[in-house]
Amino acid sequence: MSATDSTLPRPRTLGRATVNAVVGLSVLYTLLPVLWLLLAAAKNRDALFGSALLSLSDFSFLTNLGDLFAMEGGQYGRWYVNSLLYAVLGAAVGSLVSVACGYAFDKYRFRHKEKLFGLVLAAVMVPQTVLALPLYLMASEAGIVNTFWAVFVPVLFNPFGVYLGRIFSQGYVPDEVLEAARIDGAGELTMYARVALRMLGPGLVTVFLFQLTAIWNNFFLPMVMLSDQDLYPVSLGLYTWNSSASVSPEYYPVVIMGSLLAVLPLILAFALLQRFWRSGLTAGAVK
Amino acid sequence: MTTTTEQPVRAPAPHTAAPADRARRTARRRRLAACGVLMTPFFLLLTAVFLIPVGTATYLSFFSDDQPGLGFGPERTVFVGLRSYAAVLTDPTFLGGLGTVALYCLIYIPLMVTGALVLALLLDSGVVRLRAWAQLGLFLPHAVPGIIAALIWLYLYTPGISPVIDLFARADITIDFLGVHTVLPSIVNIALWSNLGYNMVVFYAALQAVPREVIEAAVVDGAGPVRTALRVKTPLVRASIVMVAMFTLIWALQLFTEPMLLSQSSPMINSRFSPSMYIYDAAFTRNNYSLAAAASVVLLLFTIALSYGVTRFTSRNAAAEETR
Repeated sequence: MSATDSTLPRPRTLGRATVNAVVGLSVLYTLLPVLWLLLAAAKNRDALFGSALLSLSDFSFLTNLGDLFAMEGGQYGRWYVNSLLYAVLGAAVGSLVSVACGYAFDKYRFRHKEKLFGLVLAAVMVPQTVLALPLYLMASEAGIVNTFWAVFVPVLFNPFGVYLGRIFSQGYVPDEVLEAARIDGAGELTMYARVALRMLGPGLVTVFLFQLTAIWNNFFLPMVMLSDQDLYPVSLGLYTWNSSASVSPEYYPVVIMGSLLAVLPLILAFALLQRFWRSGLTAGAVK
Repeated sequence: MTTTTEQPVRAPAPHTAAPADRARRTARRRRLAACGVLMTPFFLLLTAVFLIPVGTATYLSFFSDDQPGLGFGPERTVFVGLRSYAAVLTDPTFLGGLGTVALYCLIYIPLMVTGALVLALLLDSGVVRLRAWAQLGLFLPHAVPGIIAALIWLYLYTPGISPVIDLFARADITIDFLGVHTVLPSIVNIALWSNLGYNMVVFYAALQAVPREVIEAAVVDGAGPVRTALRVKTPLVRASIVMVAMFTLIWALQLFTEPMLLSQSSPMINSRFSPSMYIYDAAFTRNNYSLAAAASVVLLLFTIALSYGVTRFTSRNAAAEETR
């Protein structure tokens, strides 16, 4: 970066100020709604509709937090655990499956390989909503509709992860290393598990994170598959509570507090794994 | 492809030909077996949650449950040909939904692509203070689930709760974010807010990969920062622009979560506001599976045609650029 700074002619102060103002306003646009959520979570119901946003006279963050977990016999806690199960387990299994497949696409040769890869890419384009009805009918045929598996199995499917896995495999796993392992007499699968997977680490984390976000966001599939509220993820649960709020306003503060808590896991995941997903984005973008 | 799993064939001495050949063949078989093991889990999933569902949707769209007579007796599944397609394509609510999504795409995609690109170019120019913090702030909404983003903005659109409407009211401006003409821009705003930072990071990563010598050469040739950004950097990140436009389009065509949530509070959004909502309504409210399946196939074909159009359009543009 410093190279460009020194070689570019100094832009006029006016241009510099405009650029900073545009970026500053954009950051305000993205940050203020989150800040509003944080402030609103500290308000009780009357204050939410009444007083100024910034007055802290009626600070009831902890009351709201208590109300949230007490509402309807602690449903929210159950939803939170469900979401974590769907997202963390699903992303872990799903990313391993996709990256293994992407690696195989990169390192092995067989007939019609590129056609098969084309099929994987085509799957990226297909809207979720198109698959929902047939998936529902298949799940009810198999007797797993309205169970954990009805949501868990479809979210494992991540064709974009295969695409990324192939790119990462090209970039991170040199063929010479594999040849050397073969000469040492390693079996193909042992070689994958012991040598290649370690080199694919950052890529695997990236795919995991993308899939974690997607599953945590998932709303349509659970809505179609689940009728038992005990199996709901947070997204669907808050949707249900929000529809109750228009009738009984005591739901407003808990929906807001619930939304705030639902944002935390992904922020945490992105912050902790920042080093990895940044490199992952570059690989996806430059290709 | 750079893979070289097969050794170059050398002419072997005649008496060793057979064993060497056999060794090579077993090695090849072992590799294919390993490849199969690594690929099988994914392709099982692909079959179960992609191929079979697409096939089922297509099948369902050509058949219908007909109740004989007055509704007594067993239901029969009968072949109805293109009847469901005719029903979908002449249904004004479906066509209206398709029109809504087309308008949504026309507003949303250009705003998203130019907005994210301009921000990435500004951040890449080296003029912005606190660059890392600005990026983090812009990226933050990506960590907010879609339904939560819709909830936050719904509250910011709701009179009585929203500080935004409050501010406008103090300036004597009454604004209804969920009115006839404002509801679609309001949805665009939610989507833009959610994805702007993510796409900005994609563009920024691509811009960082532009060789610095190219930019220095442009500067030596007397190009100003704006000219460098538009004429040198932007064409070099064309691949990312196409990718972002494609993914934005695919997601935009599935429009569901935001209008579904806003419909809880706005009478302007009916249950068939977008094609995806139409499918949901047909399948799970009206239990008309063949109609839902036909609408699904139409949406699928629409998506494929438009994405193909985007790739063709951009590659033709690229070819035109190169011949200039």
